[in-house]
Amino acid sequence: MVLIDRYVRPKSLEEAYELLTSVKGARIIGGFTFMRLGTVNIPLLIDLQDLGLDFIREGEDFIEIGATVKLGDVERSEVIQKHFDGFLSKTVKYIWSVQLRNIATVGGTVFARFGFSDFITSLLVLNTKVKLYRNGEMLLEDFLESRVSRDILVSLKIEKEERKAKFRFMRNSFYDFSILNVAVSAKVENGRLGGFRIAIGARPGIAKLARKAMEYLEKNGLSPETISKASDLSAEEMEFGTDIRGDAEYRKMICPVLVRRALNDILSESSGGNRS
Amino acid sequence: MKMGLKINGEFKEFDVDPSTTLLDLLREAGYMSVRRACDTGTCGVCTVLMDGKPVLSCAILALSADGHEITTVEGLKDDEDFQRLLDLFLSEGVDQCGYCNPGFLITAYAMKRELKNPTDEEIKMYLVGNLCRCSGYVGQMRALKKYLGVEE
Ligand SMILES: Cc1cc2nc3c(=O)[nH]c(=O)nc-3n(C[C@H](O)[C@H](O)[C@H](O)COP(=O)(O)OP(=O)(O)OC[C@H]3O[C@@H](n4cnc5c(N)ncnc54)[C@H](O)[C@@H]3O)c2cc1C
Ligand code: FES
Ligand code: FES
Repeated sequence: MVLIDRYVRPKSLEEAYELLTSVKGARIIGGFTFMRLGTVNIPLLIDLQDLGLDFIREGEDFIEIGATVKLGDVERSEVIQKHFDGFLSKTVKYIWSVQLRNIATVGGTVFARFGFSDFITSLLVLNTKVKLYRNGEMLLEDFLESRVSRDILVSLKIEKEERKAKFRFMRNSFYDFSILNVAVSAKVENGRLGGFRIAIGARPGIAKLARKAMEYLEKNGLSPETISKASDLSAEEMEFGTDIRGDAEYRKMICPVLVRRALNDILSESSGGNRS
Repeated sequence: MKMGLKINGEFKEFDVDPSTTLLDLLREAGYMSVRRACDTGTCGVCTVLMDGKPVLSCAILALSADGHEITTVEGLKDDEDFQRLLDLFLSEGVDQCGYCNPGFLITAYAMKRELKNPTDEEIKMYLVGNLCRCSGYVGQMRALKKYLGVEE
């Protein structure tokens, strides 16, 4: 059970940050969907809903998503649907129910760095930056590895580029969290594929980029043979762990299968073929 | 702490402990169509509309809902379209114990306003967060397809 002593809705980010850092144990509240599952006493809960951070903006080079935007609004947003073939709108639908997505926020989903997160794995294969109130802008992959804790996620900035992206996961049933999830993407430039990105999440640790596999594809291009090799490389370079959902060996075995399928999806779409 | 909500069109004020969830508040205020089961955001029996969208009242802090508009089954009793949905649930024999019904009805009502001509798969995905422990969802699907006007 969560016991809360005090709740505030600050009127500015400065005020929110001041409260967060001056009251010991103070926490930011997003949608409360995950926070409420814990057993904790929170002296001060800071709600950002009056700060105008519920925007999805399309700029010249970036799509910017405010921290209090609901996952359901990401799913329904026309701006998000028209980029990357609607990749983000589609993957967000794998996060439980319509009702949950109408509450859970982008800020609460990303800042918490949940290992099982499907959204973070998907964001990692787009060039995404997090904008933090105190620590400024940083690449999502750097944020995930950093120790940043007492800060406020203000928005996400996703680079606008012509990029194909695919998401795959393994679950025992739709009702469960992913045992492993995988996202891959490739930039399309003058009809050629490059700028490959491969992210592996729910290992069960937080999602990470498979850099060796990405470099390999960068050098050798995308073909049935290189897909096979890159898939194996991605499993070799990752650490996997054991938890209630699956053990490390199992994760290591299914990793190349999911990566291969996702890369095949990209290859078959770009060559107009139907490999799967 | 003091807060205000528009519930079923009527503005009401409350004095709540900060740990109160929207579900606690609604049940204590007598909106008994809003049910509690899992209390973890999984089963959907606590679904209400907040600003017109279906949400889980067990997963929302009451104070976060301050200033928003809530609709429960009680507030839809004079709505003709909702009445039609109720009649279809009855005529298709959907009810067994009925505990999941209010959550299902509210979600289905919202789905009609959000999705145009949904496929079977889309209907199932929209209702993935409404669990029914008695039935096999066959009756619900029959009633819903008639309600949504997407019968084969
Ligand atoms: C039943 C259920 C099923 C789920 N299924 C899935 C699934 O299939 N796949 C999946 O990926 N996820 C799943 N989730 C997890 C879900 O995605 C999270 O509950 C949700 O993303 C948390 O978002 P929130 O806004 O409610 O965060 P909260 O619970 O409000 O907050 C989470 C954490 O983030 C912090 N925080 C919030 N906003 C900010 C901010 N702007 N700046 C800094 N810190 C902040 C909070 O202090 C807290 O520590 C599921 C959750 C539930 C309850
Ligand atoms: S009681 Fe809210 S989802 Fe089960
Ligand atoms: S009818 Fe009993 S839970 Fe659905």
